Amino acid sequence: MLDKHGIAKRIAQELQDGFYVNLGIGIPTLVANYIPEGMDVVLQSENGLLGMGPFPTEAEVDPDLINAGKQTVTTLPGSSIFSSAESFAMIRGEHVHLTILGAMEVSEKGDIANWKIPGKMVKGMGGAMDLVASAKNIIVAMQHTSKDGQSKLLPQCTLPITGVQCVKKIVTDLAVLEVTGNGFRLLERAPGVSVEQIKNATAGKLIIEGDVPEIAV
Amino acid sequence: MINKVVKDAAEACHDIPDGATLMLGGFGLCGIPENAINELLNKGIKNLTCISNNAGVDDFGIGLLLQKRQVKKMISSYVGENAEFERQLLSGELEVELIPQGTLAERIRAGGAGIPAFFTPAGYGTEIGVGKESREFNGKMYLMESWLKADFALVKAWKGDTAGNLIYKGTARNFNPMMATAGKITIAEVEELVPVGELDPNMIHTPGIYVQRIFQGKDYEKRIEQRTVR
Repeated sequence: MLDKHGIAKRIAQELQDGFYVNLGIGIPTLVANYIPEGMDVVLQSENGLLGMGPFPTEAEVDPDLINAGKQTVTTLPGSSIFSSAESFAMIRGEHVHLTILGAMEVSEKGDIANWKIPGKMVKGMGGAMDLVASAKNIIVAMQHTSKDGQSKLLPQCTLPITGVQCVKKIVTDLAVLEVTGNGFRLLERAPGVSVEQIKNATAGKLIIEGDVPEIAV
Repeated sequence: MINKVVKDAAEACHDIPDGATLMLGGFGLCGIPENAINELLNKGIKNLTCISNNAGVDDFGIGLLLQKRQVKKMISSYVGENAEFERQLLSGELEVELIPQGTLAERIRAGGAGIPAFFTPAGYGTEIGVGKESREFNGKMYLMESWLKADFALVKAWKGDTAGNLIYKGTARNFNPMMATAGKITIAEVEELVPVGELDPNMIHTPGIYVQRIFQGKDYEKRIEQRTVR
């Protein structure tokens, strides 16, 4: 099994030199820690910052410089700052190469639900609906099952969806899966996890072709 | 140059009536018009419709207006940091319209730019799209969204001059520039108000034409929601 750092490390292998990337809150944020040495990847924060740097030192803390999770951050040489309209213009205009975000459910068609649990949680979608509707490539980072053991990879989402047929790849604590449009293709399994375990934890259609290699992180 | 300067928040906000539709700049607590919000609190203006990306936190920003039940309706994209908000929402005391963040930003921009509607893919196929016109362009589906305007736009900038030209700092810019264009009356509060001619015209983010009133703000708290250090 992968812990959340393992999931972040595996997703970092999907990065390519020259990519502009938007990282969601939670596990996706950790991907920033595992950008391969020597690779130029620029992080976009949808509140209006391109070239997001690390968290500040105590002396560098600036209330006028935060990320989309409202955390204090820093700029880097070459950073730029812009309005929210400009920020979503670059997202909507498909200038951002990759979006990595968390999910509560993903369907085998690639629908994603991550913004609302009716009657329980209504925090709003923030920028998630814009991001999933426009990103060229979307990778979901999440646990394979919910806390009470229910599969989060489903034939159809049961929660209100954030976007339709948009997720391309999923990295969970158990596996790496590709969303094909007619099922989840099992690409890799986490260290020590059997194909059988993944089958049991996946409610949607699982496509298994030949030997499934172990994730190398 | 036309002089837009007023003395303070009280003079700037003197004619905001009960029931007004307001835009309030800021992302979280970053770049919010602290002085104008305090004035709304002091005057107890009620039944407000507030268009703002977030709703503040329980004890700061728009959260303070919610505590005093001055808000009738919130139009926002994310309201997760506010327990009182969630309580009023679930009990039905507060009307809320949640809008995807990019759609919210663009609707405000459209309002200021005289564009009544536009198409965006955000929310297509979700409950956000219910009842909205949709159309296909180049094989992809889009939703029609309409402009947003406000009676008063309350924005916060770093520097401004007496002609209403504004410069923002850092990510405190966020929704402020679009909101400045979409208010019938735009009220700008600034950390530093300077005479015309002191700001480099090349560096202006919001041209003064959009701003009707500007004042030197005071006592900025600039509260940080998530102080995160290395």
